Amino acid sequence: MLRKSIAAAALVALAVGAGSGVSAEDKPVGPWERKENHVKAPKDSPLDYLVSGYWFRTPKTRALQDDDFENPAFLWVEQGIEEWSKVDGKAGKSCASCHETAEKGMKGVSARYPVYSAKNKKMMAVTHQVNYCRENYMKAKKWKWESGKMLGMTAYIGLQSRGMPVNVSIDGPVRPFFEAGKDFYHERRGQFDLACVHCHQANFGQYIRADFLSQGHSNGFPTYRLKWQKLGSLHRRFRGCNNNIRAIPYKRGSPEYTNLELYLAWRGQGLKVESPSVRQ
Amino acid sequence: MSRPRVRVPRKIKKGDTVTIKTLIAHKMETGVRRNKKTGKLIPRKIINGFEAKIDGKTVFKASLHPAVSANPYISFAISPEKSGKIDFVWTEDGGKTFTKSAKFTVA
Ligand code: HEC
Ligand code: HEC
Repeated sequence: MLRKSIAAAALVALAVGAGSGVSAEDKPVGPWERKENHVKAPKDSPLDYLVSGYWFRTPKTRALQDDDFENPAFLWVEQGIEEWSKVDGKAGKSCASCHETAEKGMKGVSARYPVYSAKNKKMMAVTHQVNYCRENYMKAKKWKWESGKMLGMTAYIGLQSRGMPVNVSIDGPVRPFFEAGKDFYHERRGQFDLACVHCHQANFGQYIRADFLSQGHSNGFPTYRLKWQKLGSLHRRFRGCNNNIRAIPYKRGSPEYTNLELYLAWRGQGLKVESPSVRQ
Repeated sequence: MSRPRVRVPRKIKKGDTVTIKTLIAHKMETGVRRNKKTGKLIPRKIINGFEAKIDGKTVFKASLHPAVSANPYISFAISPEKSGKIDFVWTEDGGKTFTKSAKFTVA
């Protein structure tokens, strides 16, 4: 109980620090509060309903996402399209050599990732798999996690699942990774001693640091963030959320963040994939 | 980087006004940011000019400033009387240009 009030106090401190000036009375009903924008939460979910981060953003930001031309993320998608059929590496192959078209070969992939790879005995995010193919099948150099090429490719792959419900498997060999991700989500960390759950579950809809807190879902990644002026990965977002509470962030692609990605995907099970989304 | 995208309707009805949309991937380095490691200023490099011509005649022109955000989006309206070709040119500090063209028919 005491710890809980400390967390609440820290949140208030953050909110006041932002000088929001929005009080409970004059706050209009947010679109995230409207029933028609809610999605049924999965079985055993800690949330009463799911709502995409899209509905916490301003009409202007949403309009950018709604139009594939105005959505700046498509500048990267075009790069992904180029890379898809570009031969690279000692094997003389491109993605298209084995997967033909992305429209066919990559349909639904991002909706069910991350997955457990028995071959590698680990959880693989789409980004891991792309590099696995590059290194092992193309004999090409890995792409950096946050490089333009990698983001373009994962955005292009994500686009092939757009509109499909997130649907990850959490059973069998995946279970221990899921549990680890769940623990991470609930662990307090950093100088503010906060866990993901304190912001994204207990306080979504609140105004904090000049933003409306969302449920913190992963269905829109990679995301073009107006603040970044660039496309960014989910693991970059994790680092940001860790930094904001003055906690030490993990590496992009680390097992910790990949397990967290899995748990987050499950929390958003049923939400439609929006990649590549636009956020503030 | 710096790949431009344009959206021009292929077919335009005579007398109609249509919106042309353009977007270019560009960092728009303001010249006031410092390299985090060395503390030195990063030189300014922005798209400072944009021009659209239909069959060689300027129909839209703009100067851009360092306050413009990365990946600038520019849109404007045209109401062409006959079919033609529209050429777009973005000019970067230092004089480098990026171009894109599109054809349209008016009927
Ligand atoms: C020489 C053939 C080959 C090439 C080239 C190749 N891949 Fe793959 N890819 C595979 C195979 C085989 C699998 C199945 C999983 C495995 O064996 O690792 C796969 C799986 C995948 C998956 C997961 C699909 C799923 O349904 O789970 C993605 C994503 C992927 N590849 C992306 C790429 C991208 C992007 C490129 C180009 C940069 C590429 N691959 C190049 C052979 C290839
Ligand atoms: C101090 C509060 C706070 C904590 C703790 C926090 N976040 Fe966030 N998070 C934010 C804010 C503010 C945003 C931006 C607005 C939004 O989408 O909620 C955000 C955004 C996100 C987003 C992007 C949502 C979207 O729709 O694009 C994800 C994903 C996310 N957080 C995950 C996490 C995870 C995982 C943790 C725990 C490691 C965490 N956050 C901890 C405040 C927090």
